[in-house]
Amino acid sequence: MAVINLLQAVNQTLKQEMKRDKRVIVFGEDVGLEGGVFRATVDLQKEFGPDRCMDSPLSESGIVGAGIGLAINGLIPVVEMQFMGFSYPAFNQIISHMARMRNRSRGRYTVPMVIRMPYGGGIRALEHHSESTEALYAHIPGLKVVIPSTPYDAKGLLAAAIRDEDPVIFLEPKRIYRAFKQEVPDEEYILPIGKANIVKEGGDVTLISWGAMMRETLKAAELANEKGIHAEVIDLRTVAPIDQETVIESVKKTGRVVIVHEATKTLGIGAELISIINEKAFLYLEAPPARVTGFDMPFPLPRGEQHYIPSPDRILRKIEAVSNYLT
Amino acid sequence: MIFEGYHPLDKTMFQVMDEEGNIIKPEYMPDISKEQMMEMYQLMIQTREADLKALMYQRQGRMLTYAPNIGQEAAQVGSAFPLKKEDWMVPAFRELGAWLTRGAKLEMIYLYWYGNEFGSYMPEDLKILPVSVPIASHLNHAAGIAWASKLQGKDEVTITYFGDGATSQGDFHEAMNWAGVYQVPVVFLCQNNQFAISVPRGIQTSSETIAQKALAYGMPGILVDGNDIFAMYAAVKEAFDRARRGEGPTLIEAFTYRIGAHTTSDDPKRYRSDEEVEKWKKKDPIDRMKKYLMSQGILTEEENEKIIEKAGKIAEEAFKYVEASGDTVLEDIFKYHYKEMTPQLTEQLAEYKAYLMERGEA
Repeated sequence: MAVINLLQAVNQTLKQEMKRDKRVIVFGEDVGLEGGVFRATVDLQKEFGPDRCMDSPLSESGIVGAGIGLAINGLIPVVEMQFMGFSYPAFNQIISHMARMRNRSRGRYTVPMVIRMPYGGGIRALEHHSESTEALYAHIPGLKVVIPSTPYDAKGLLAAAIRDEDPVIFLEPKRIYRAFKQEVPDEEYILPIGKANIVKEGGDVTLISWGAMMRETLKAAELANEKGIHAEVIDLRTVAPIDQETVIESVKKTGRVVIVHEATKTLGIGAELISIINEKAFLYLEAPPARVTGFDMPFPLPRGEQHYIPSPDRILRKIEAVSNYLT
Repeated sequence: MIFEGYHPLDKTMFQVMDEEGNIIKPEYMPDISKEQMMEMYQLMIQTREADLKALMYQRQGRMLTYAPNIGQEAAQVGSAFPLKKEDWMVPAFRELGAWLTRGAKLEMIYLYWYGNEFGSYMPEDLKILPVSVPIASHLNHAAGIAWASKLQGKDEVTITYFGDGATSQGDFHEAMNWAGVYQVPVVFLCQNNQFAISVPRGIQTSSETIAQKALAYGMPGILVDGNDIFAMYAAVKEAFDRARRGEGPTLIEAFTYRIGAHTTSDDPKRYRSDEEVEKWKKKDPIDRMKKYLMSQGILTEEENEKIIEKAGKIAEEAFKYVEASGDTVLEDIFKYHYKEMTPQLTEQLAEYKAYLMERGEA
C-alpha cells in the first residue's frame, strides 16, 4: 500500500483502467506529452502510446463531441477539461447529446464516457480557473456527477466512473490535489457511484459536504466537538444522483443539519438537499436546515478568495446557531 | 480524379448530367448498373411521395411538425447510395432520402415526426444515428465515430449531413478541424439548400463557396450540383475511396434548393419569391433523372406511374402503422435514460403511477 496524494491516485487509476480495458482512451488539451497542466495524465502517453493518450486541439466542444462518437463506436473515452470553467463551450455537447443519447436512441447507442474536470478555487488562479458549478451538471438528467475528497475515494470512484455504462462528470478538487497524502491500496477497487460516506458519526447535528470543502467541514466538526457538539459528517461523494437514504437517516437521528458547499448559494446542491430533507424528514427537524456556501458571485480573483471559501469558523458559527435553535 | 479537376477556389461546379438529363461528362459517369439506377430513382420517388403524404397528414392535423425534403432528393440518395453495410451515417434532421437509402424504415422516420422516441431507435444492424436537432453538434460525433474506426483499424467510413446554416456554428469548425488533424475517414456533406429557415446563405458566410472552407482544415473540398444524382454519387464515392485508403476527410458542398418550407411551421413566402422557387423547380432532381432514364430506354411513362403509385401506398401503409402506435408507454419515458433508473427516477415514477391509480387511469 502506497502513500499518495489525490492527483497520484487519479494517475494510478487511469493507468490501471487503461491496462485493464484497452477500449479506455484518454485525451484532452495538453494531456499527452506534458501529462496535463496538473500532471494527472503524466506518463500515460509514454506507457500506452499516442493512440491511447493524445493531445487534442484546443477544442472543448470537439473533445466532448468526438468522445461521444468514440463511445458510440466502441471505445471508452476519459477526457479532460483543463478547468471546469472551460467546460462551458462543451455545454451543448454534454447536455444535448452526451446526457441524452441513450434515451434518444432507446438504448441503441450509449455513451460510456467520463469527463474529468479540475474544479474549485483556492489555488490563487486566474479568472475562470476556480469554478465550482457542479449544480449546472447535476441538474441535467442523464449525467452522474461524482466528486472525491480523498486519494482513496478518488481511486475507487474514478474506477467506478470509467466502468459505468452511462456518462459521468468527474470533478477533481484541485485545491487538495497535492494538499495531503493517504494510504491507498495498490490493487483495483470500486466505490459505488450514488453512495455517500459517513466520515464521522455523531448525534447532535448532520454536516453534509463534498470535495475540497470536506477539509474545512471536518475541521469545523472538530471545533464543534471541542464545544461539546457532536457532529455527524457526511461526504456526499456523488452530487447526482444524491444518496437520499444516508442523508435522511442521519437527519432523522440528529434533527439538525448544516450543508457546506463552495459553490454559489442560490440553487446550489444545498438547496436540493434541504428540499429532500423537508420532503422526507420535516417532522424530525429541530431547527431550520442551514447552508454555508460561496456567494452569488463569480469566484473572486486571488486577492479576494479568502472571503469566498467557507472557513471552518464560518461553518462552526452556523453549527452553533443550528444547535442552539430553540434550546 | 474528380477533385483535382474541380478545385473549390476555381468556383466550378461539378456536374455529370445537365438539366435536360444529358450526360455532359461521360468520363465521370459512375459505374453503376441499370438496376442500381432504377433503385436510386425509386428511392428518390419514395422520398418525394413520403414527403407529400406527410405534408398532407400534417395539414389534416394527424402528423406533428414535419421537415420536408422536396428538391433535395438527389443530394441525399446520391450521397448515401455508395455507403457499404459497415459504414456509418450521421444525419441532421432533413435526410429522409439518405435514411431510406441506408435501409431505415419509413415507419421509423414517420414515428419520430409523429412524436414517438422509438422513431429514433435504429436496429442493431444499421449504423445510423438518430435525428439530431441542435445544429452542427452532430458533426463532432461523426468525427469521433470515424476516429474510433481508425483507432480500432475498422474498415468503415462515416458520412455526416448538415445544411448551409450549420457552417456558421463553432461545432462545424471544431469537427472539420478535428477530422483534419487526426485524418479520420469521414465525409462532411453540406446540403446547401440556400436557406437556414429564413436566413439566406449570404448571411451565413461571406466565402464564395462552402466547399472552399475545406482548404482551411487541410482537406479537399468540392462544389457539386446537388440536383445531379450522378455527380453526387461520383463525388461521394471518390471521397469514400480516399477515406478508405486512409487519406482522411473530405468536404462536399451539394448545391441545391429546398423547394418546400423549413418545416410545416414555417411560411417560406415571407422570405423568397415565387420566381426563385419556379426557377429551381425547373431543376428538379427527379425530373432530371427521369429524362435521362427515359432517353436511355430504362424507364417508361407507364413504369414511372407504377413507381409513384407504389411509393404512395408504402407511405400510406407506414403512416397507418404509425397512427396505430398510440402514445408512449409511461415506463418508456423513464427507463431509457440511464442503464438503471436512479432512486430518484424510481420514486418519481412510483409517485406518478400512484396518482394515476387514484384517478383510475392506470
